[in-house]
Amino acid sequence: MARRVPAVVPLGRDAPSRFLPWIFALMVYLAVLALTGVLILHAAVERWQRGEVDTLTVQLMPLDGESEAARLVKLQDLLGEVEGVSDVHVVAQSETIDLIERWLGAGNVPADLPLPRLIDVAIAPGFGLDAESLAFRLQASMPGVSVDDAKLWLDRLADLGRSLELLAIAVVVLIGLAAVATVIFTTRMGISIHRNVIELLHLIGARDSYVAAQFQRQAMLLGLRGGVLGIVFAVATLYGLRHVAGRLETPLAPDIPVAHWAWGLLVAVPVATALIAMVTARLTALRELAKMP
Amino acid sequence: MVRFENVGMRYGMGPEVLHDVTFEINAGEFRYLVGPSGAGKTSLLRLMYLAHRPSRGLISMFGADVMLARRQELMDLRRGIGVVFQDYRLLAHLSALDNVALPLRVAGAKESQVQEHVSELLAWVGLADHIHALPESLSGGQKQRVAIARAVITRPRLLLADEPTGNLDEALGQRLLRLFEELNRIGTTVVIATHNQNMVARNPHPVMTLGSGELRVDPPIGKAS
Repeated sequence: MARRVPAVVPLGRDAPSRFLPWIFALMVYLAVLALTGVLILHAAVERWQRGEVDTLTVQLMPLDGESEAARLVKLQDLLGEVEGVSDVHVVAQSETIDLIERWLGAGNVPADLPLPRLIDVAIAPGFGLDAESLAFRLQASMPGVSVDDAKLWLDRLADLGRSLELLAIAVVVLIGLAAVATVIFTTRMGISIHRNVIELLHLIGARDSYVAAQFQRQAMLLGLRGGVLGIVFAVATLYGLRHVAGRLETPLAPDIPVAHWAWGLLVAVPVATALIAMVTARLTALRELAKMP
Repeated sequence: MVRFENVGMRYGMGPEVLHDVTFEINAGEFRYLVGPSGAGKTSLLRLMYLAHRPSRGLISMFGADVMLARRQELMDLRRGIGVVFQDYRLLAHLSALDNVALPLRVAGAKESQVQEHVSELLAWVGLADHIHALPESLSGGQKQRVAIARAVITRPRLLLADEPTGNLDEALGQRLLRLFEELNRIGTTVVIATHNQNMVARNPHPVMTLGSGELRVDPPIGKAS
């Protein structure tokens, strides 16, 4: 068996070699979570903007002297004629009372409180229904009708999602910059600690690229070691979150990305960390070595 | 091969430790560099192995002007120079074998050749049983032999040795000097800085004498045998 050639510059014995993998692990962990956040938000914002959760709530206020049942039937008929409406569901009055009791307390809803009838209107996927014009049309035919447009607050939600997306991207970039700064600092420290060894290597004809290779190899190994550690913890965390998110039964709840490319992107983070560490160590070492006699 | 013209040298802003040093060493020569302690022998060697730039004058190594050479060109020039340092400068974390192998690995030699050549040379200098020993477990004389083996492993064009036999007994010192003479016979130019007058007398070669930072060459340049 071939004998293993020892490292010429004993960087593995330095203090940074002990703590750097943990720092890289933490950075990769945070970067993967932030990147997951970007992916989730990006998908959610796209979905919200596509209007996949487009639903409208139509309210029918009670009017004196008019039969509620007859008005409900008429409203259902009107809604059924609107192009793009895929489903009309009249919310039972008991459900409406349940909703109010959450605020007022059980049994505290006065019997004579005029309650509107609520109608959930589902809109066909991809069909852009203008709530304002629908309200106008309905009110022209029936007084006491109003339309609650979910689109407005979904748009605001999408704006918030986009802001958070940018913030998460900024976090990933900052983590990358922190990794670069850490590698620059430790490489400079390594050169300072091992100046005598490096001087000797220069005296026996070692080029700067040979010496820099010692630092880049060490940085890459530490980056990979820390990166693998970080991705293991991050994936475990994501599976935990996915489990919790799976219990939420709401169409607005974002999905933890499960597409292969998304997982591939996340797994690429430790590889990218190792590469960034390697390139940074090499460039830093070359720059510092050029200052030596 | 080596040419110094009116070379002066100082460390930082300190006083000049070498003044107007002028000499020439042709390829294949063997020379001693002698002088009392503090005369500047190590400083002159530092200039010759390109660890230091002169404060003035001209130095030419292997036909290249050192003052004009770029950093990477200096590295290439250094590969042609083997140095035995007075303080050995062995790397404490490497075994004798790995210390001696350094110049070969730096030059990109194949690992199979490295192992073979280094083992042979270490056996030749009497360290066959200490191939895997770390410097801290070696005596002064053994470290010196490792340092010498490292300096000659690449068969350099120029071999510079600073007190190479200082810690060796007479017999081993003679044996290593024969190694230097053998290398010299096959083309390596050798310069040995030494206090050892016995060695100079027993193995006569031209002598350069340094005194108070000034150099005297005996016999004169161009008449060395």
